Amino acid sequence: MRASLTARAAMLSLVIFALFVGAWHIATSSTGSGTPAGMDPEYAKLLGLGATTGKSAMPTPLEVGAKIWSHLRDPFYDRGTNDKGIGIQLAYSIGRVALGYLLAVMVALPLGFLIGMSPLVYRALDPFIQVMKPVSPLAWMPLALYTIKDSGISAIFVIFICSLWPMLINTAFGVASVRKEWLNVARTLEVGPVRRAFTVILPAAAPTILTGMRISIGIAWLVIVAAEMLVGGTGIGYFVWNEWNNLSITNVIVAILFIGVVGMILDLCLARAARAVTYPE
Amino acid sequence: MSGYIAIEGISRSFPSPTGSGAPTAVFEDLWFQMEKGEFVCVIGHSGCGKTTVLNILAGLDEPTTGYVIVDGREIAGPSLDRAVIFQGHALLPWRSVLGNVAYAVSSKWRDWSNAAVEAHARTYIERVGLKGSEAKKPAQLSGGMKQRVGIARALSIEPKILLMDEPFSALDALTRGTLQEEARRICVETGQTVFMITHDIDEAIYLADKIVLMTNGPGAQIAEIVVNPLPKHRERDSFHKHPLYYGLRNHLIDFLVTRSKTFAAEMAGQPFDRRRPPLVHPGVIAKAIDGEAGTQRGPSGPTLAASA
Repeated sequence: MRASLTARAAMLSLVIFALFVGAWHIATSSTGSGTPAGMDPEYAKLLGLGATTGKSAMPTPLEVGAKIWSHLRDPFYDRGTNDKGIGIQLAYSIGRVALGYLLAVMVALPLGFLIGMSPLVYRALDPFIQVMKPVSPLAWMPLALYTIKDSGISAIFVIFICSLWPMLINTAFGVASVRKEWLNVARTLEVGPVRRAFTVILPAAAPTILTGMRISIGIAWLVIVAAEMLVGGTGIGYFVWNEWNNLSITNVIVAILFIGVVGMILDLCLARAARAVTYPE
Repeated sequence: MSGYIAIEGISRSFPSPTGSGAPTAVFEDLWFQMEKGEFVCVIGHSGCGKTTVLNILAGLDEPTTGYVIVDGREIAGPSLDRAVIFQGHALLPWRSVLGNVAYAVSSKWRDWSNAAVEAHARTYIERVGLKGSEAKKPAQLSGGMKQRVGIARALSIEPKILLMDEPFSALDALTRGTLQEEARRICVETGQTVFMITHDIDEAIYLADKIVLMTNGPGAQIAEIVVNPLPKHRERDSFHKHPLYYGLRNHLIDFLVTRSKTFAAEMAGQPFDRRRPPLVHPGVIAKAIDGEAGTQRGPSGPTLAASA
């Protein structure tokens, strides 16, 4: 009997992973031989050990594995501005994303509701939304820095502004496209506007709204890394940039992996929430 | 003249699609009365405005002219006095069977406790034969069961009039038959006043006390009101054997096939009072109806009596 599809897929994943790591290992394990001929030893010393031995700064898989292990063992240490555990850096980033995202939820859901309820407002605001939506959130950064004058709050503002549009658009669309017959049910039952909003429109639009929220959290997590590279100080984006300046490619690769894992977890949470409010028709 | 429900001179027109030119009237100057406890079916081709009439009765649409009076009051907007059973059942898919019915009950009696609402809802779920399925979501139900929930929801608010828009048209023939039977039983038992739209002639004959025939739109009108000659107590499996059944059926089919198109020509030159559409008794000898002058009408139909 053949193994289930899940089991076979897992096997294939493992094989692909092993091939990738193997190729990586072979590509990075070749070492040069001593100081290149004719180079001044003092100059070689300035260039550092890597350059003098001809060894690449690209780490081997084992080095990355060891680094991940060392980060996991002690994720929350704090030894000054530029030496914080990766857990602390991720916590800063998640905190910023959470704050900006929640602010966006608080604005986008009620506003989207109003826009969706009124075809007039829907059409009137549509051009503004369509223009604002494709603007890269980082383009807002200088404006935010100038007006807010605080880099930390500016980063949160950038998260807010990039999370806003997908949620706003999806909420308005979900509310506007609630089935007419459900609204008619509420009308014939003389359900008041507030009760109708909470008992008919909100549950009917919830799957669409949650889809918008899922898109938003994805964008917010993409943007926070770039925003923190600009803003500096703390956060996983700053960590990546800092390690680039240290030429620690190992830490950069580790950070990439952690960013991916956290992003996946955020997406899974929203997917779980979306499934909870989805109704089969 | 005034009935329990009186439709007085309603018309409904929509702007012409091009934006210019005269608006198109779907139907014009409809007059019609219903008595309490009557079961009335409306038959007519698509586009004659049957659903619009029902929506106006429900308060979901407004007539361009004219008004509707229910129990002595002109209606303005939807009301819990008038329950609608929608063609597509229109259940809220995120609520259970009980939740859907309870939503209607709690809308009608807002100060009831949850327990009272639930008990009341359960009574009606049981009445439509869905006991045991209270916790199911609409997606888990068959088409017939969904429509049963729709019926339970409409009946649970104990409306003055029940409005049904082709409620059984999407069901298979067997389910439709069973549901017609149960709908009739419940409505006769409770003396429910019902206004129903249908395409199905047999459904109208089986269910209705009166059948309203509408001519083709645009500019549709009520051609006549057929009084169902079958006895009030009829059985689903034997009503078609009644001696008056085929006379009635042929009359209705003749109307739908030819007279709904040619009615205006048929009436040309004859006096026709839109306020009193003729009452027609197909198959019944004119003399048998006391106090009404009999006239023969219809191209090939059986002996007809009409009070014009």
